[in-house]
Amino acid sequence: MKMGKTIVEKILSEKSGTDARAGQIVMADVDYVMVNDVTGPIAFREYEKLGTCTMHKDRMVLIPDHYVPNKDIASAEQAREMRDFVGKHGIENYFEVGRGGVCHQVMVEEGFAAPGRLIVGADSHTCTYGGINALSTGIGSTEAAAAFATGRLWFKVPETIKVVLRGSFRKHVGGKDLIIRIITDIGVDGANYRAFEFHGDVGNVPVADRLTISNMAIEAGGKAGIFPCDDLTREYIAGSVRGEYTPVDADPDAEYCMTLEYDLGELEPMVAFPHLPSNGHPVRETDVRIDQAYLGSCTNGRIEDMRIAAEIVRGRTVAPGVRFLVVPASQRVYRQMIDEGLMQVFLDCGAFVSGPTCGACLGGYMGILASGERSVSSTNRNFIGRMGDKDSEVYLAGPAVVAASAIAGRIVTPDDLEVI
Amino acid sequence: MDRITGRIWVFGDNVDTDQIIPAERLVSTNLDHLNDFIFEKVRPGFAQEVRKGDILVAGRNFGCGSSREHAPLSLMQAGFSCIVAESFARIFYRNSMNIGLLLVECPVGSPAEGSEMTVDPDNGSLEVDGQVHSFPEYPPFITELVRSGGLMNMVREGRI
Repeated sequence: MKMGKTIVEKILSEKSGTDARAGQIVMADVDYVMVNDVTGPIAFREYEKLGTCTMHKDRMVLIPDHYVPNKDIASAEQAREMRDFVGKHGIENYFEVGRGGVCHQVMVEEGFAAPGRLIVGADSHTCTYGGINALSTGIGSTEAAAAFATGRLWFKVPETIKVVLRGSFRKHVGGKDLIIRIITDIGVDGANYRAFEFHGDVGNVPVADRLTISNMAIEAGGKAGIFPCDDLTREYIAGSVRGEYTPVDADPDAEYCMTLEYDLGELEPMVAFPHLPSNGHPVRETDVRIDQAYLGSCTNGRIEDMRIAAEIVRGRTVAPGVRFLVVPASQRVYRQMIDEGLMQVFLDCGAFVSGPTCGACLGGYMGILASGERSVSSTNRNFIGRMGDKDSEVYLAGPAVVAASAIAGRIVTPDDLEVI
Repeated sequence: MDRITGRIWVFGDNVDTDQIIPAERLVSTNLDHLNDFIFEKVRPGFAQEVRKGDILVAGRNFGCGSSREHAPLSLMQAGFSCIVAESFARIFYRNSMNIGLLLVECPVGSPAEGSEMTVDPDNGSLEVDGQVHSFPEYPPFITELVRSGGLMNMVREGRI
C-alpha cells in the first residue's frame, strides 16, 4: 500500500499532475515567479534571447530591493534595466521604490504568497512563504526566465524532515532563536535537498515567527520550511491575499526522513557566531562587544519585530560608540511604525531609521562594516565579509537580543538590561 | 558527455556564494566579466591564476547561501570545465546545470592542488593522484539538461 504524502509531495503532485514522491523530478506549473533587481537582469537577458515568445505576465512579480534606492551609478543602471523590462512588456506586478520594500515581505503583504501555492523566486529566501503554507523556494535567474516563458519548472521532490514543536515561547524568545537552534543542531547542510514540515503546537507560534523560521530554512540548505494553515494564517492574510487559495495538510501516514522535537518553553535567546548560521550559542554564555546593531531584513524586519525592539529600547539610549540601524522590511511596515509611535521611540533612543531596503544585510550599503568591526544583526547570514570587510563579523540574533545589545553595547538579552 | 581533463584547485567545506563572488559585484555592468571577482575576499589574486579547463574541487555543501547565478556564471567565465565536490547546495546545483556548468558529486579526499584530474561523466568515474573514484549516474532529466546545453535550449526546443 502506498504511504501518504507530505505537504510538499501533495503540492507538487497537484501542480505537476503526477503522483509526486520524494526523489522524483517533476515538471510543475508555478503560481508566481519573482525576481529582484540583482537577479532580474540575467533573467531579462535570457528571456529576450528567446526572441518572440509567450510570457506569463500575470504570474511574474518584479521587486527591486537589494540596491535600491540606487546606491551608486552601477546599481542605478541595474534598477533601470528592470524598469525598462517592465515598461517594454507591460508587466503589472512591479513595486517601485516607495511602494514596495524587501521582496519577500512584499510577496506576503501583497497577497501573492498564499496557502497551497507553488511559488519560485530568484532569491534564496523565497522559502519564507512556507510560514503561510505555501511551497516556495529559491531558484536562479535563467530558470526564472524559463518560467516567464513557460509558466513551468523542474523540481526534484525533496524528502521532508518533520519538526514537532511543543509548548510556547517564553518572553523575548521567538522564531529566530528556534531556527538558529535547529540549524546549529543539524548543520548548514542538514536539510540540503530536503524540506522541513512543522507539526505539534504550531498554534502557539505567531505567523510572523513562522515566516522567520521558514525564511532561514535555506540556511540549513532546505528547499522549503512549511507550516500548516490554521486560523492564525487565515487571519494574517485576510484582506491582502489575491484570489482563492487551498490550504494543504500532510497525510497522517506521510513518510519523513527524520523527526526533530523542540520544547519551545525551554528555548533561550540564541546568537549565531561568525561565519556560519550553525554556530549558535545561548546568549548567556557569550561576551561579545559590538560596534553596530542591525534590525531589519526579510528575516526580522516585520512590524512584530519592530514592536518587540521598541518595547525594549523605550526610554533608554543606545550605548556610546554603537550604531543602531533600524530598517523596516517594507513601506507598509515603515508607515505602521509611524502610526504606532514606534518611530518616535527609535529616534529618541538614538537609532538611525531608514526606509525599506535589503541594504547592509548582504553587504549592499547603509551599514557596511569596516575591518575588525562587529555587528549583531537580525538578518540571516554571517558568512565571511557578508556585511562588509572580510575581517568584519556578523552575529545573528532575534529582534529582542539586537535591541538589548544596542543599548548594552555588547550582545545581551533584554533580561540582562535590568541588572546593568 | 565528453571526458574532461584539467588542473585542480582545492577548496574546503561550506564554500558560500558570497565567497565565490561578493554581493557588491552583483551589478549588471559586471555581467560579462564576473570572473574578475571570484574569491576576491578570501583568496585575493585567484582570478588571475585560473586557466581555461581547470577543475575546482571542494568538500561538502559547495555553493551554499544566496541564489545568485552570478556564482556559477563567474566560475564558468573563469574557464572552469567542471566542479567536483562531496556535495552541492541545491540552488547552486540547479543554477549550474541550468546554464551548462557540469557538477560532479563525488568525495575525492584531499588531492594535491595542481594535480591533474580526468572526469568521465558518462562512465561515472574520475581519476586524480592515481586514484579512481566513481560517482552515480545523473537522473535522466539532468543528463538531458546537460546534453541540451542548458535549460533555455530546452525551452527553445519546446521540451519543457
